Amino acid sequence: MTPAQAKTAVKEALGQVTPGADTGSVAADADLRDTFELDSLDFLRFVEILSERSGERIDEDDYPQLVTVASAVKFLTGHTRR
Amino acid sequence: MPVLGADMDEGTVLEWLVKPGDEVRKGDVIAVIDTEKSAIEVESFSAGTIKQLAVSVGETVPVGTVLAIIAEPAGERAAPAPAAARKELTHGQPVKAERPAPPVPAPRPVSPVIRHRARDLGIDLATILGTGPAGSVTREDLEHAAASLRPAAAPSPTAASPKPARSPQKPRPGGGRRRVTPLARRLAAELGVDLAAVAGTGPAGAIREADVRQAAPAGQPAPAAAAAAPAARSAAERNQSMRQAIARLMARSKREIPHYYVTNTADMTRAMTWLHDRNRELEVSQRLVPAALLLKASALAARQIPQLNGYWADDAFHPAEAVHLGVAISLRGGGLLTPAIHDAADLQLTELMSRMRDLVTRARSGRLRGSELTDGTITVTNLGDQGVESVHGVIYPPQVALVGFGRIIERPVVVDGLIGARPVVTTTLAADHRATDGYTGSRYLSVLGDLLQRPEEL
Repeated sequence: MTPAQAKTAVKEALGQVTPGADTGSVAADADLRDTFELDSLDFLRFVEILSERSGERIDEDDYPQLVTVASAVKFLTGHTRR
Repeated sequence: MPVLGADMDEGTVLEWLVKPGDEVRKGDVIAVIDTEKSAIEVESFSAGTIKQLAVSVGETVPVGTVLAIIAEPAGERAAPAPAAARKELTHGQPVKAERPAPPVPAPRPVSPVIRHRARDLGIDLATILGTGPAGSVTREDLEHAAASLRPAAAPSPTAASPKPARSPQKPRPGGGRRRVTPLARRLAAELGVDLAAVAGTGPAGAIREADVRQAAPAGQPAPAAAAAAPAARSAAERNQSMRQAIARLMARSKREIPHYYVTNTADMTRAMTWLHDRNRELEVSQRLVPAALLLKASALAARQIPQLNGYWADDAFHPAEAVHLGVAISLRGGGLLTPAIHDAADLQLTELMSRMRDLVTRARSGRLRGSELTDGTITVTNLGDQGVESVHGVIYPPQVALVGFGRIIERPVVVDGLIGARPVVTTTLAADHRATDGYTGSRYLSVLGDLLQRPEEL
């Protein structure tokens, strides 16, 4: 996954989890749980969609790397290059 | 018009999903009703043939009004819907009209005041299905019955079977009804797909929208937007009406219920370790969140302390037969709904988790069923995801207890004389002092804490 693809994937996943939310203008370093008021079920769904789109397994231990758009992009690009 | 939540006075028919001549089974969704809080699916209380739809789409009628008339399968007699429907939606117990009731008719508590009023109105109490706890007749039921007797056109409520013991609404193998999401049902009708031939991929084999699309012949047009259906309230209207409904109910709770509160701290080390180990082996979609453990433990504790699981009505506590766990779900635009997970104490964790996900999804973007909104016997609010440490809730009448969970957080804890960091959660209970005393509430939290120490048994 390229950084651009990863960024699109993250924003689209957020859009699916929180329909109607403005995912376009979210800052790269904003805490996603706080910004989009994600509860644990929302976050699980977010991870699920990211995992489906990237085709990569995302473990619970990886969750801390998905806190912001920037860290999620970094995780997805790094992960798939391995 | 059934009662679809405490303090509901009227409802608007948004959509009929059946028409005269249609065969319906008990529990089938037959209509969508708009209330102050949300659009809700109404289930049929009885099997038979729809003879007449008495209220048109778009019409707003008071609670207790006849919505439809269903003829028995044999076709000899027509069963008016209102009283039975009201009862069903209060207790989630579909009542067979005009047929022998299933075994164990429960005695219905009747207060002297109600008996007196019934005599004044010239109403035989035996002909009324109560909407109060344990099927008790409330003053409202009487007034509604009196009102519906007045116009000559309204059939008198004859569906007088006493409340049978509640049986879980699980899909029965062989001949049991299949669960179909409302969207899927509508889509199937539009696309001409026979639901009997569709394989469901949802929880418990429920048929979902995607299943219907899969089964539809290729080249079918996209479903027309529900042009015929009247628009539900706008978001702003919904927000305002929901706020008002919550305001009335919570004010009533605080006015009528003498709340007492107890608090405890539960060590979550074992639960979190167990959860983490379990989730490590599973795909994302199969993983559990800590809330699933908290809900299951709450339900099991409610079964162990039955004094907190039920309703307060007519100056007495009426224990519930099963634990239907209400779950407070906040909506994105504001407001909240508290649908119930039926028989939560009997569900496997994975099933409970998928029910929870399904309820949250439908509460926020779809439709809940009347029985889900009225069957709760005890409610849980979990605000841990919002970062708070504890929540002291307001009881949802006529229930008598509300369990609260804060955030699971690492704290310094003394274990065997040594201080260590451990994940803990603050558990709270708001309970009705008319029904129980602090001792019982404390026992509940103690049992809850113990259950969380044995996550593998949840």
